[in-house]
Amino acid sequence: MKAFIDYFRSLFLLELFRGLGVTGRYLFGKKFTLEYPEERAPQSPRFRGLHAQRRYDNGEERCIACKLCEAVCPAQAITIEAEPRADGSRRTTRYDIDLFKCIFCGYCQESCPVDAIVETRIYEYCFLEKGQNVITKDKLLEIGDKHEPQIAADIAAQAKYR
Amino acid sequence: MTEESTITIEVDGRALKAAPGAMLIDVCDAAGIHIPRFCYHRKLSLSANCRMCLVEVEKVPRPLPACVTPVNDGMKVTTNSPMAVEAQKGAMEFLLINHPLDCPICDQGGECELQDVALGYGSDASRYAEAKRVVADPDIGPLVATDLTRCIHCTRCVRFGAEIAGIRELGATGRGDHMTIGTYVEHAMGSELAGNVIDLCPVGALTSKPFRFQARAWEMVQRDGIAAHDGVGSNVHYHLRRDQILRVHPKDNEAVNECWLSDRDRFSYQALSAADRLLKPLVKQGGEWRETDWQSALEAAAQGLAQARGDDGNQLGGLLSPSASLEELYLAKKLMRGLGSANLDHRLRQADFRGDPPKVPWLGGPIAELEEQDLVVIIGANPRKDQPLLGHRIRKAAMKGAEVVYFNPLKLDLNYRAAQWVANPRDWVLEVANLAKAAGVRKGVVNKIKVADHHKELFKRLKAADKALVLVGDLAMGHPDYGLLRCLAAQVAEAAGARLGFLTPGANGVGAALLGVTPGEGGLDAQAMLAEPRKGYLLLGIDPGFDLENPAQGLNALMKAECVVALSSFRSPDLETVADVILPLAAAPESAGTFFNIEGTQQGFNGAAPPAGEARPGWKILRVLGNLMNLGGFDFNTPLQVRDEALGMLGDAAPDNGFEPDPALELTLPEAELLRIGELPIYSVDPMVRRAPALQATADAQDAAYLRLNPEDAKRLGFTAGDRITVSQPQARKAVFEARPDPAVPQGAVALCTAIPGSQALAGRFGEVTLEKA
Repeated sequence: MKAFIDYFRSLFLLELFRGLGVTGRYLFGKKFTLEYPEERAPQSPRFRGLHAQRRYDNGEERCIACKLCEAVCPAQAITIEAEPRADGSRRTTRYDIDLFKCIFCGYCQESCPVDAIVETRIYEYCFLEKGQNVITKDKLLEIGDKHEPQIAADIAAQAKYR
Repeated sequence: MTEESTITIEVDGRALKAAPGAMLIDVCDAAGIHIPRFCYHRKLSLSANCRMCLVEVEKVPRPLPACVTPVNDGMKVTTNSPMAVEAQKGAMEFLLINHPLDCPICDQGGECELQDVALGYGSDASRYAEAKRVVADPDIGPLVATDLTRCIHCTRCVRFGAEIAGIRELGATGRGDHMTIGTYVEHAMGSELAGNVIDLCPVGALTSKPFRFQARAWEMVQRDGIAAHDGVGSNVHYHLRRDQILRVHPKDNEAVNECWLSDRDRFSYQALSAADRLLKPLVKQGGEWRETDWQSALEAAAQGLAQARGDDGNQLGGLLSPSASLEELYLAKKLMRGLGSANLDHRLRQADFRGDPPKVPWLGGPIAELEEQDLVVIIGANPRKDQPLLGHRIRKAAMKGAEVVYFNPLKLDLNYRAAQWVANPRDWVLEVANLAKAAGVRKGVVNKIKVADHHKELFKRLKAADKALVLVGDLAMGHPDYGLLRCLAAQVAEAAGARLGFLTPGANGVGAALLGVTPGEGGLDAQAMLAEPRKGYLLLGIDPGFDLENPAQGLNALMKAECVVALSSFRSPDLETVADVILPLAAAPESAGTFFNIEGTQQGFNGAAPPAGEARPGWKILRVLGNLMNLGGFDFNTPLQVRDEALGMLGDAAPDNGFEPDPALELTLPEAELLRIGELPIYSVDPMVRRAPALQATADAQDAAYLRLNPEDAKRLGFTAGDRITVSQPQARKAVFEARPDPAVPQGAVALCTAIPGSQALAGRFGEVTLEKA
């Protein structure tokens, strides 16, 4: 009996048509494909992309050179040097992140006591020349300045979970 | 501790043996039972004001502070009972009420006692909602930074100031919330041990200013070393990040530096990155300095020395720093002897070489025994500034009741009660001769003087004292009658049955003497080598304008020489004027070596940091130089081989102050209207110290730049404070200094330091000077 059913199935290509049925359902169903770059996938406020350094509303940089991010970084991608600024405050003179080393774990952001270093939603960047993989303090602040409204909104959205 | 004198107590169920009367915290520490504490420090008096060390003692209804609770036989203590833990948590909560939560910007973060203890005993949230206390930070000098808002009032620094440094420089004023720690004297902390409050402070209220914000404790690696600026040979920890020394901490060694470190040893590391650090070999070609590679520089040095030598090895002279390591000194000696020169010396600031020298001058006993003396006579020295930790030991003796008597040409600023017999540089020698006469010496200079009663009494006390010590120091060594002073001191010590000690210069003065870095048969000493100029010189680790007794004469002789090869860590105008080849030398923290400290203890060390630029350790440079000059026996591969050969040569030689006093020595310093006193300031002793900006900014260094004279003399000459004075000495160029009347200087004398900017133009440390307004 079983041999008869198997013979019948293979004779009428039942499995083939079942497979084609799946194809057909997707062919005429709702499409998922995004037309990147015209269309973008939705992002979580927790998205961990390119780093940025933030400032306070009065323009003062937030980073106080406590070096917790440098200590916590599992990839040792962060290099910090610090000294007293002219006004006596503790500031970095060098804050480099090597993006070749960075694994985007977000620990730096999590460890930061003043929310200075953050990972933004930016994931589109490239390095055209050797050395551009190391982003400096100036660059980080520049990114922060540019995307502050988004960063602030994301941090606010996450505040209740922290 | 004999069996009868011990008692047994029980701590956390463990039976511990203890001496009766010992404090509970000490007994627990010895047994490895940890009790949290802030105000307790084993070297300071007990104050019991932090209340962190509360423990429960059986049959006592309330918790007791372990630091001031003496142990009793059969006492039962629990350090972790609910009562003790609750008391500790309560104390912690009170301490944290006013302590700011600014750990991220605090330099102590990561190595903070409060942080550590708060982790164990603190609560996660504060119940204190009121405003926290804020305190203004006074500027207390270039070495220590203050953040007094963080202070938890443990008063360790206050007690350190009063008990160890001997200056009430930090004091607590106000009570309760209004209590603050400030300096009694408004400005800088004047102590030469001030930096120790950085280690003492359990929180970040007092931190190192030069190190401020530079690195975290977890970023640095710790390497051991030996401090290279005085004969104490303090044990240190270097803390490095990315191969750069960022700070220096003391390493405990009860026999040497206890747990302290002088500021000189603590902050001199700054010089390692000085702007004038020599990074590449320099060769002078046609009057121009050119940077070159090692090969050509070494060849130029070897060729220059060979040419200057000609057929007569004694045309060469070697002036070696007493702070160079045993290895460097040994190879330098081997090189000079190999070239046939007997002219070699390390006693660069000594003025007088008459008489039989002590075989190997040293302290005369262990450093730790200084504090057990009953009477100390100090001739021509200021141990407080010359060797701060020896000064500290002598102060300890004085605090225990010892009598300390100073014979000096000027009055010192001391931090304990001591008799100071001050006379101008010529009468000073006669004062010592007086004491010698009282001691029964009848030959030589003493014939011409009449002995006073107080000298007789002093000698009587010296003889009666159980443990008496006669110390001869740097000021005496720089005196043109050092030979005589040394003789008189030795005769006094012998007659009184006291020990004789020499406060030798440099980090390795004893090592240099043991090795015999002194003139060989028929050789010339440091003075003679420059008085009778040689054709070639080898300089090791010195700056001729600063490190010679008579810089005017020295620079002159070096200028005339055909070839001067200098091994130096730094460039300097004087060196560049006189030298022909300058080879970059690794500084002491960058090179392996061995020092014999002033008590004769051999202390080896490894290089903590790589040498700056192309600098190389001295033993490597001298080894290659030896090979290039075709001298045998220079095939060393490691500093250990050099050390083993050097130590093999020493055999069982030991420090020995013995010498034959020569009663025929005469007083040579002529009478004059004004005689110079050439003190060696604390922060001018070697090229490294002179390049540490923080040390140079201290009051000690700043005050050394003045020409000081007695107010009476100033009035007579018409000088007032701030006048620019031109100083002239025979056979020297003129130099201008700012005048400052100072009653510490006796009449007829002018205190004008050696080894300060401007002093290169001058001649000997003592001798006639004439002053006129510039």
